[in-house]
Amino acid sequence: MTTTGTAPVWKNPVVRWIDERLPLFTLMHESAVAYPAPRNLNYWWNYGSLALFVLVIMIATGVVLAMHYTPHTSMAFDSIERIMRDVNYGWLIRYVHMNGASAFFIVVYIHLFRGLYYGSYKAPRELLWIIGVVIILIMMATAFMGYVLVWGQMSFWGATVITNLFSAIPLVGDNIVAWLWGGFSVDNPTLNRFFSLHYLLPMVILGLVVLHLWALHTVKSNNPIGVDIKSPGDTIPFHPYYTIKDFFGVGVFMIGYMGFVFFAPNFFGEPDNYIVANPLVTPPHIVPEWYLLPFYAILRAITFDIWFIPAKLIGVVTMFASILILMLLPWLDLSKVRSARFRPVHRQFFWVLVIDCFVLGYVGANPPEGYFIPLGQAATAYYFLHFLVVIPLVSLFERPKAVPDSISAAVLKKA
Amino acid sequence: MKTTIATRLILPAVLLAFAAAVPAAPALAAGAPKPPAQAWSFDGVFGTFDRAQVRRGLIVYRQVCAACHSLNLVAYRHLAGIDFNENEIKAIAESVEVTDGPNDQGEMFQRPGRPSDKFKAPFPNDKAARAANNGAYPPDLSLMVKARKGGADYLHAVLIGYKDAPAGVQLMDGMSYNVYFPGQQIAMGAPLNEGSVEYADGTKATVDQMAKDVAAFLAWTAEPEMEVRKRLGLKVLLFLLVLTGMLFALKRMIWSDVH
Repeated sequence: MTTTGTAPVWKNPVVRWIDERLPLFTLMHESAVAYPAPRNLNYWWNYGSLALFVLVIMIATGVVLAMHYTPHTSMAFDSIERIMRDVNYGWLIRYVHMNGASAFFIVVYIHLFRGLYYGSYKAPRELLWIIGVVIILIMMATAFMGYVLVWGQMSFWGATVITNLFSAIPLVGDNIVAWLWGGFSVDNPTLNRFFSLHYLLPMVILGLVVLHLWALHTVKSNNPIGVDIKSPGDTIPFHPYYTIKDFFGVGVFMIGYMGFVFFAPNFFGEPDNYIVANPLVTPPHIVPEWYLLPFYAILRAITFDIWFIPAKLIGVVTMFASILILMLLPWLDLSKVRSARFRPVHRQFFWVLVIDCFVLGYVGANPPEGYFIPLGQAATAYYFLHFLVVIPLVSLFERPKAVPDSISAAVLKKA
Repeated sequence: MKTTIATRLILPAVLLAFAAAVPAAPALAAGAPKPPAQAWSFDGVFGTFDRAQVRRGLIVYRQVCAACHSLNLVAYRHLAGIDFNENEIKAIAESVEVTDGPNDQGEMFQRPGRPSDKFKAPFPNDKAARAANNGAYPPDLSLMVKARKGGADYLHAVLIGYKDAPAGVQLMDGMSYNVYFPGQQIAMGAPLNEGSVEYADGTKATVDQMAKDVAAFLAWTAEPEMEVRKRLGLKVLLFLLVLTGMLFALKRMIWSDVH
């Protein structure tokens, strides 16, 4: 193959025959080989391809697990233990999948905060950003349903708590909950539909990832200085530069991930989920998986009615709003400068938000009593203040530092 | 533009505010002391099950625990994992009578256990288990080490944690006082007494020894794959370290003309 100008010329007659009829090879060439990437991307830009890597692992292991799993309340728990004990390398496949969920969220949360820091949500990347938020939302639903499939105590009671949230919807709430359950409590029909959806939603995520990449390759990658690509000198081809950098990132990531899989496979889990679900015994302390803890804290922060609106409804709305508010971010941040590197005030508040999210996670992991209640409320209040007040005001009044003229100018200055 | 003093102070100020708002973590709510950590042979990256200990634990399970507690996820054939040979497994399986059937006449019948059978449960169903135990349900032990915070340490602690109730503590009917059990009232009476079992290898069957042995046995029933997992894990990590090192070298080579 040789490249003349932009369009590749395929030498192999079979490849050329296919490509003239369906330009698969040209598509692959343009998106993974020739794609002009900013030359100054740092390691925080590895997390996008890492997330795709984990998604593929999750789907591959999930398909195999589904071959051995039985979605029935009386058999689900034992079928997983059969995978752990009697299926060849079943324990490995299951632990890779189980820890993969945590790995996926770690990677995606870093990816999200990278976008926040470097202003990757700003024009022209608004749709790219919004698709990303939708992916995270569906990931949460998928992870939650996957956790229920284990049919341990935390699965069952987590499912009961979360599905009950919908009863807060006025007038039709109870009907909706019964509709979700397929009955009058979390039971076999619930487990069956969760299994079906847990298999379906990753495919939806995969489709959204294609859109995410399509949008990315249309508007091109942001970069640490947040200045647009202005000349060919600002970019380097994706291959070999970023393919090798991404592969190296995958290697480092796998060392950590496999460390947990082989040596601390239950680190992220709750012991209670190794007890089979029992509708008659409520665990003393119901907690979701760690990646949902900040949202759980926001949900429980609302302990008061406002006028005639019950606290539970406000809590549910607040929780969903905490994710949906991210979609508005491109229009809340009015600064023309993308990267926080040149925004001294914005950058400080970015770290305040990071701390706030950790505080929310800490509150979410603890029972709603004592000082955890006001702490959770303060952290929730800050979370929304950050997006609705701090970001717009800072973007209006902050005086950004001088931004380099171009990517290559910034790179040359540093060298 | 120079960063003003005010902006430099935002982050430290917020950190301080949070530090002030978060007092020391509260003590455990349910009020049970942390089980003392034991030195287990299966701890750590290179840990393996001490065969002699786990096999002593099997004796304790069969002679003491099995009177009330099932081990539903473990089959006799799984004992090959702690180096029992085929004949030994057969002999252990055949020591129980299991109900099978229906046969061609449509009747259930009794037959000696086979290696493929799961450990025979002491009670035919949950209700029978409760009826025989003052209404309390003796839980299945297969996953107990994974199903409790503290794992084998906790199991050992509960088994040695029986004490006379301190003055002022009113025990409910049929309950025993146990230091390490959440709430301190446990429906299971002290199961182990000095010499409850006799060890063939001459180990003295103290309560502490039996508690350790059976906790080690249950660590094996909870994670029978552990030894294979850790062995494979070392190979995988070694491979990944070498691979990642080579990828890093390659990355530097490829990028040398960009930097």
